Amino acid sequence: MKTEREMEAYLDNSATTRCSDRSCELMVKLLTEDFGNPSSMHLKGVEAENYIKEAKKKIAKTMRVAEKEILFTSGGTESNNLAIIGAAMANRRSGMHVITTSIEHASVANPMHFLEEQGFRVTYLGVDHNGVISLDELTAAVEEDTILVSLMQVNNEIGAIEPIEEAVKRIKEKNPNTLIHVDAIQSYGKLRIYPKKLGIDMLSVSGHKIHGPKGSGFLWMRDKVKIKPLILGGGQQKGMRSGTENVPAIAGLGEASAEIYEQFDENVEHLYKLKEHFITRLQEIDDYTVNGLTGRDSAPHIVSVSFAGVRSEVLLHALEERGIYVSAGSACSSNKPAVSRTLSSIGVKQELLDSTIRFSFSVHTQKEELDYTIEALKELLPALRRFTRK
Amino acid sequence: MIYMRANPIGAADFHGFANRICEVLNRYELSERRNCVMYRSFLVKYGEIGVKGKNRYIFENMLMDQVKFALKPVEGSFEVRKEQGRIYVDVTSEDYDYEGCVEALKRVFGVVAFCPLLQVEDEGFDKLAETVVTHLKEAYPAGNFSFKVNARRARKNYPKDSMEINADMGEKILDAFPNATVDVHNPQVMVCIEIRSMINIYWEEIPGPGGMPVGSNGKAMLLLSGGIDSPVAGYMIAKRGVAIDATYFHAPPYTSERAKQKVIDLARIVARFSGPINLHVVNFTDIQMYIYEKCPHEELTIIMRRYMMKLAEHFAKESGCMGLITGESIGQVASQTMQSLYVTNEVCTMPVYRPLIGFDKQEIVDISEKIETYETSILPYEDCCTIYVAKHPVTKPNLEYIRKSETKLTEKIDELMQIAIDTVETIRIEAAE
Repeated sequence: MKTEREMEAYLDNSATTRCSDRSCELMVKLLTEDFGNPSSMHLKGVEAENYIKEAKKKIAKTMRVAEKEILFTSGGTESNNLAIIGAAMANRRSGMHVITTSIEHASVANPMHFLEEQGFRVTYLGVDHNGVISLDELTAAVEEDTILVSLMQVNNEIGAIEPIEEAVKRIKEKNPNTLIHVDAIQSYGKLRIYPKKLGIDMLSVSGHKIHGPKGSGFLWMRDKVKIKPLILGGGQQKGMRSGTENVPAIAGLGEASAEIYEQFDENVEHLYKLKEHFITRLQEIDDYTVNGLTGRDSAPHIVSVSFAGVRSEVLLHALEERGIYVSAGSACSSNKPAVSRTLSSIGVKQELLDSTIRFSFSVHTQKEELDYTIEALKELLPALRRFTRK
Repeated sequence: MIYMRANPIGAADFHGFANRICEVLNRYELSERRNCVMYRSFLVKYGEIGVKGKNRYIFENMLMDQVKFALKPVEGSFEVRKEQGRIYVDVTSEDYDYEGCVEALKRVFGVVAFCPLLQVEDEGFDKLAETVVTHLKEAYPAGNFSFKVNARRARKNYPKDSMEINADMGEKILDAFPNATVDVHNPQVMVCIEIRSMINIYWEEIPGPGGMPVGSNGKAMLLLSGGIDSPVAGYMIAKRGVAIDATYFHAPPYTSERAKQKVIDLARIVARFSGPINLHVVNFTDIQMYIYEKCPHEELTIIMRRYMMKLAEHFAKESGCMGLITGESIGQVASQTMQSLYVTNEVCTMPVYRPLIGFDKQEIVDISEKIETYETSILPYEDCCTIYVAKHPVTKPNLEYIRKSETKLTEKIDELMQIAIDTVETIRIEAAE
């Protein structure tokens, strides 16, 4: 039964975002008019190639990197896989040790498990109750045979920001040959990221988290970094990622990247204001815990809240009935009964693990949607809490 | 090739051994057969409905309707006709989907077996032998099979009698295939030749599901959950010719939209066999929560089930059903012990059919795999029976105690039941492609 509702609040922007109009329009044009294969020798091919160059230019500009360092992929998962497995395989003669954190997304964690199967040693860094790694622990973990460190910049479940700049200094001091990969899937578009200034070697980005199309993404790779490709074929993208380029998605991603950094300061300010407003208004509710940091030292778009005595899945569906869309824990892992690694790593109490909801905002989110959500929570929680497990 | 009349999915052979052999052989045949589309006709064999005395034609007509219905989504056009106590499916289009047609016929209840048929005019015995040999060569190019000829002379003015046809045709086949052998007891290929106004030649018999044509035995209301058992129970009863409606209890926000979609998907798979199903989706949240609030926790499930039965019976009566169907099996879970079944059953005035009552879980799983509901059933969405379930529910409920607990519900339960009835959503479920 669909009831008429006054309002809809899409607060699951860390799962995916609405594609921007500019990005969409460009893609339609490339699907229907300028549909050439960039490898074709004729005019249509040249035209398509130019769109790719244009997209690279737009993206490179947002991060102050060289255009040739951008490698297009099918999204965040592929970028992470390529960076981690590709770098490890290409450098296995220099060492078999890799470092990452215990709160990574599955697209980093599972390639790490794969490397373990291949005989690599993987060190998983713990985090404090805010989800931040310890620089001393990191420094201690770096060894002579450490070939790769992979860190996420913003955690997808609680919005913790990792101290990448400091981490890079410590790593390179101890072992200048160690490659550093940053999973920037939740941070690109929300933070200003200058990979060269940071001193990192690889960086993963996904298109659909920044109002670009699904199935788009890129891996930035510092010039001269050597990795092994995962997809072999016709040698497109300098042999690093064969297969006809997904020109419409690439162009859409380029446009979305440019757009999100155009009014960057205003956008981020808008997001932080939303976050502050939401956290302030949460005080009107009983018995909740906000996980991780809440100030400007955390990501602007993610708020993780545990509501004692309510199962997150139930609350999620109750909110859904009101047109409010959120995630239970992390969207990518919420279809499985497995407990979130991030939440247990930051020491969320056992009884709250299954009671945690992630609210995530975008530039399109309005204050009214948050107020509507708070009102809904105020109504729903007492009703749902009446029926606690006996 | 094995000649087999057994049900593919019947209760008698759910151990599945013979069945699996049959399937493997069928697959082997399919891969060996080169030109399936040479079959322009199918002979449909039906068992039980043939012995229904003067009602026979009614059953036959129903079976024909079901065959027509099953063939509707199959690419190609077909004509179903009855002739001399036989049902034939003729292909009337130039091209058709042979595999699709076979799959569809395998799902029609009432069909014991069917045979892809070569139909030829009577142009003399030599011509007939030539045709048989040509097509055998196509089907068995290796030629090293054992066979038996089984002729039936229904048209008595044919110059050779059945025995003569058997002998003479056997000789012709042996001449053409030097490596073939005759085996009258257990042949790999049974070459059937029926002399009627036309001559039917066939050597393959594909088992159907057996049972009786749906609609020949009224209608019943299936209590459908998202689990493994209830879709199988629906299938089993539909197999006896019973049309199916279904009731599903959902409990938003405790159960998700995906859980409901899963039940719809299951109903669509059952509908492949049973035909269209009217699915009643009942919002059970308030009733469940009310019971949870008022009654002893360990009695929650059993009391819930009593109210589910009452509601299902209400919708059953409303839609002209003659009984309820559940997927219960004795002792499987706390709510399915003899005592629990006794207590649950007590609220019903209609017969409750429990076709899985004596089945072990693995036997039920085997059938659900065969009817292809298993993979959907095991998707991990909560249904309303698993929420707030007690750690140690009563396994031997006492009817008097349960009744006493239910008196605590008197204040609001009637009103809540009425709301559940008034807000029911009925979805017409068509068969999954």
